[in-house]
Amino acid sequence: MSRIGVFVCWCGENIARTVDVDRVVEEVAKLPGVRCAVNYKYMCSDPGQTMIREKIASEKLDGVVVASCSPHMHLKTFRKAAQTAGLNPYLLEVANIREQCSWVHSDRDEATEKAIELIRMAVAKVKNNHALQPIKVPVTRRAMVVGGGVAGIQAALDIADAGYEVVMVEREPSIGGKMAGLSETFPTLDCSQCILTPRMVDVGQHPRIKLYTYSEVEAVDGFVGNFEVTIRQKARYVDITKCTGCGECSKACPLKKNKSEFDFGMGTRSAIYMPFPQAVPARPVIDKNVCAMLTRGKCGVCAKKCAAGAINYKDEDKLVKEKVGAVVLATGYKLYSIGKQDGKIAGYGEYGYGMYKDVIDSLQFERLLSASGPTNGEVKRPSDGKTPKNVVFISCVGSRDNAKGLTYCSKICCMYTAKHTMLYKHKVHDGQAHVFYMDIRSAGKNYDEFVRRAIEQDGAKYYRGRVSKITEQNGKLIVRGADTLAGTPVTVEADLVVLAAAMRPADGVTELAQKLNVGCDQFGFLMESHPKLRPVETNTAGVYICGAAQAPKDIPESVAQASAAASKVQITLSAAELTREPEIARINEKTCAACFRCFEACPYHAIEKAEVRNRKGELVKRTARVNAGLCMGCGTCVSICPSKNADIEGFTEQETYAMIESLI
Amino acid sequence: MNLGYYPGCALHGSSDDYQQSLKACFGALDVSLKELDDWICCGATAAHTLNHKLSIALPARNLALAAQQGCEELVAPCSMCSLQLKKAQKAISGDALLAAEMSRIVEAKPDGARVLNLIEALERVGLETIKTAVKAPLKDLKVACYYGCLLTRPPKVAEFDDCEQPESMERIVAALGATPVAWNYKTECCGAGMTMADEDTVLELSQKILADAAAHGAQSVVVACPMCHVNLDMKQSAIEARYGTKFGMTIYYLCDLVGLALGLAPKTLGINRHFAGRIA
Amino acid sequence: MSATMQSDSISLLESLAQTKFADCYQCGKCTAGCPRSAHMDKTPNQIVRMVQLGEVDAALKTDAIWQCVSCETCTARCPKSVDCAAVIDALRQVSYERGMTSKQQAAVVLFQKAFLDSVRRNGRVNEVEMIAQYKLEGFAAMRRLGFLFEGAMLAPRLQMHHKLHLIGEKVRNRDLVRRIFARCMDGKE
Repeated sequence: MSRIGVFVCWCGENIARTVDVDRVVEEVAKLPGVRCAVNYKYMCSDPGQTMIREKIASEKLDGVVVASCSPHMHLKTFRKAAQTAGLNPYLLEVANIREQCSWVHSDRDEATEKAIELIRMAVAKVKNNHALQPIKVPVTRRAMVVGGGVAGIQAALDIADAGYEVVMVEREPSIGGKMAGLSETFPTLDCSQCILTPRMVDVGQHPRIKLYTYSEVEAVDGFVGNFEVTIRQKARYVDITKCTGCGECSKACPLKKNKSEFDFGMGTRSAIYMPFPQAVPARPVIDKNVCAMLTRGKCGVCAKKCAAGAINYKDEDKLVKEKVGAVVLATGYKLYSIGKQDGKIAGYGEYGYGMYKDVIDSLQFERLLSASGPTNGEVKRPSDGKTPKNVVFISCVGSRDNAKGLTYCSKICCMYTAKHTMLYKHKVHDGQAHVFYMDIRSAGKNYDEFVRRAIEQDGAKYYRGRVSKITEQNGKLIVRGADTLAGTPVTVEADLVVLAAAMRPADGVTELAQKLNVGCDQFGFLMESHPKLRPVETNTAGVYICGAAQAPKDIPESVAQASAAASKVQITLSAAELTREPEIARINEKTCAACFRCFEACPYHAIEKAEVRNRKGELVKRTARVNAGLCMGCGTCVSICPSKNADIEGFTEQETYAMIESLI
Repeated sequence: MNLGYYPGCALHGSSDDYQQSLKACFGALDVSLKELDDWICCGATAAHTLNHKLSIALPARNLALAAQQGCEELVAPCSMCSLQLKKAQKAISGDALLAAEMSRIVEAKPDGARVLNLIEALERVGLETIKTAVKAPLKDLKVACYYGCLLTRPPKVAEFDDCEQPESMERIVAALGATPVAWNYKTECCGAGMTMADEDTVLELSQKILADAAAHGAQSVVVACPMCHVNLDMKQSAIEARYGTKFGMTIYYLCDLVGLALGLAPKTLGINRHFAGRIA
Repeated sequence: MSATMQSDSISLLESLAQTKFADCYQCGKCTAGCPRSAHMDKTPNQIVRMVQLGEVDAALKTDAIWQCVSCETCTARCPKSVDCAAVIDALRQVSYERGMTSKQQAAVVLFQKAFLDSVRRNGRVNEVEMIAQYKLEGFAAMRRLGFLFEGAMLAPRLQMHHKLHLIGEKVRNRDLVRRIFARCMDGKE
């Protein structure tokens, strides 16, 4: 015979105002198996919890029902109290008589009846509950960071400084991301590389950071605490252990006119090249699509010049496996592709990007501004190298545009456009900046003042209206826009046009996300677990996200999110074992028919195909087996199993049917 | 090849040089154009400006005729007509209530013939077919391909080429051996139907087009719309007088150029009936 | 105009144009690309704004809606897929129906009317007949003698190139054409 205790909470007025708690206690005390029933004003408070603990002891209760607010609020609290009193926590259930009763009904009699029914169901369930033990999963106390931009760098340093080993995987030949290519950053106008490169060096030299550059994640196996990641180290054709970074190879290389990726096409590089002088690692890579030796078997000058004998034309991609307990995705962004179609998203034919040399995007302009850029920091027109006296900046290119399917605001463009006008003016004193905008989004610390400075002190002209078309005439760009505040069209004859293209997720992110079971939103940005309360977690345990990969954002936010992700990683890695809730699937391996429909259906790939062998090692049967580390308790296997061999601990069919039958 | 033919009022009126050119050119390409029997005006600017229902009903009547006369493909060489027909088709196909109402108003079902503007009609004949049939390549001819507004806009209705940087006309012109120039006013408006009611607008807008074509090295302009032709050709002397610039540019219909390349004489194509420029 | 009449008018305009005024976020790209905006009393985005604010009558009375050449550039480039050209058409249609057309733009209105009247009579436009009606009605409205003779210099050249067709074409089923017009414009049956 059960000995169940029912504890009915008033929740102050929240329940008691609508539900007659005294009558509820009176009625539920009569239920078979209920040993005692009491009510109290605030069950979750100290005295309330004490009451539960004391009753468990004094009445020798073997099950508890707390009738209170939603289990989302205090289930854990009450279960801990039960555990302290020596009762297995999974023998305690919550009947939600607040959100599901007193808060949604107004008739006192009806609400009271419903509360009694809800408790009746909970009592029936508890009678069938089993004691469960939490599941322990061993943890590999290492982390992986995918992406070596400012977010990835911050996350890696935080995790490594906390004492854990970090494996960093970066696709480009050097870490640094987009920030390494920026000129100055808003609102302080700090030199971007000056503040970033020390961090890059820290990463390169950190004793606990293992850096894989020019590498990509090939495959991911496992689950939180136990990931096995296969990394593809792409062939550099340069042995970075032998190479001294002297740079003679690049100087000697005869193929010098390749478009530089780091300069976004504004400058050139050799076939064997270091992306930029401050690269980490400071080692070159050979572009295998262009190198004469690799494509046609001719040349070989760099190998001849290399005093360290580091060139290896026979290099091949290598696959390496690393075991980690947590993964941080910090894959950053790319710019919206203005001139041409990118998958389903169209370009802007009316702006002439790709047709007119002097129409460029914002990152290309950064390279022109940068002192280490292709023009040594002098603002020059790509077409004829002359100094532009009138530069037009156009906001919202590829963002806030429903017709293109990109409805979001790219957040940083208003700020960097103001920055561009200021840097331009500082370099070209008699130059005039013109900005066509729809709204100014400058919500951060000192941000609005920054934009006003561009207008009030540095003389940038701001027109409120979009640009309809750009054409080229006699070497000038005719920009046809509007100013809706004055109610007139505005035409500017520009020497250079800079388009503020929207931030978009980096190429290949969707595929990478799929490898980790992480979702992406409709724009391809990685999906956080909860937009307000869990911005750096994903729905896959052990995988975290940060930076522009999650949504457009600036450097301070990327850094903050990176540290947040790092702290989540440290929680995951904090103990040698991870505890998981035991409310997961359980398969009766004795009677499982091994049809493996559950294997196909499980969205978390948490079912394994296992073999049962006898002592002699002979195969007795096959069975489906639940991986306790991966299972999320969704119940898909339970509904699909044709022989009813799958069930969810804590929500078994028997428990659930008991609840339903108690009402009939 | 047999194609249905919807001339529209202009091609039977003061732009019948366009019809002359069209028939000669398509004849030489062995395409028979069967004129829609008892067709009515598509409504043009006047209908969509003054009455919404009429702007759909008049084209719908013609679509119903096409269905009744077993015409599956309908060439509408005037870009206004082709757009109005396509617009009516789109509106009706997306809205069952409207379709029912139109059927009642025009007393027949406006079913779906495929509407082709001049360029689409030539593409239907086939770029390779045309290229093979070229007898007198138009070398030394630098021409600006002028699309005007209604061939490509609005993109969701016209569903033809790219509305910002179209290239379909250039491809045909290049296949004829001529040189299409790169220029800025491919799709800028010439002033359309304002020729009589607001001449200043037409002169201003059309002058910009001719000036830009000339600035980019074009000797002539090729069009696929009778309205554009009127504004650039018939009004050219008025433009020259107003702005004090001599253009002297021949304005060709696209089928003029195709016909010339096929070896037809200018007079056969009606080019001698143009106002401005010289014959070929 | 009362508030109810205003919102009725707005619903009517939205139904004619198949587009929602609330969608427009006033970016001004329509105005920027409009070939006529520099000459208009109100620019395209301002016209939409007026309707958004409920000032429908003012929008119906502008010159701008009649200065529009229907080039469809605004519609093609609008980032919110607002069919701006259809909005202008809707305003013109309602303005004409309610007799609120701008006096300064009388020539444009009368031209379109003469065009439609010719089609109504013949099934196709009879150019000479249309121009005659346009000139006479325009003169009556504007009282300017010069108006009668504008563009007349073109006639001899038109004749020389055989482009002047004094006798227009008539379709056979003119009765159906008249019924179509009656149903659409006069609300008959």
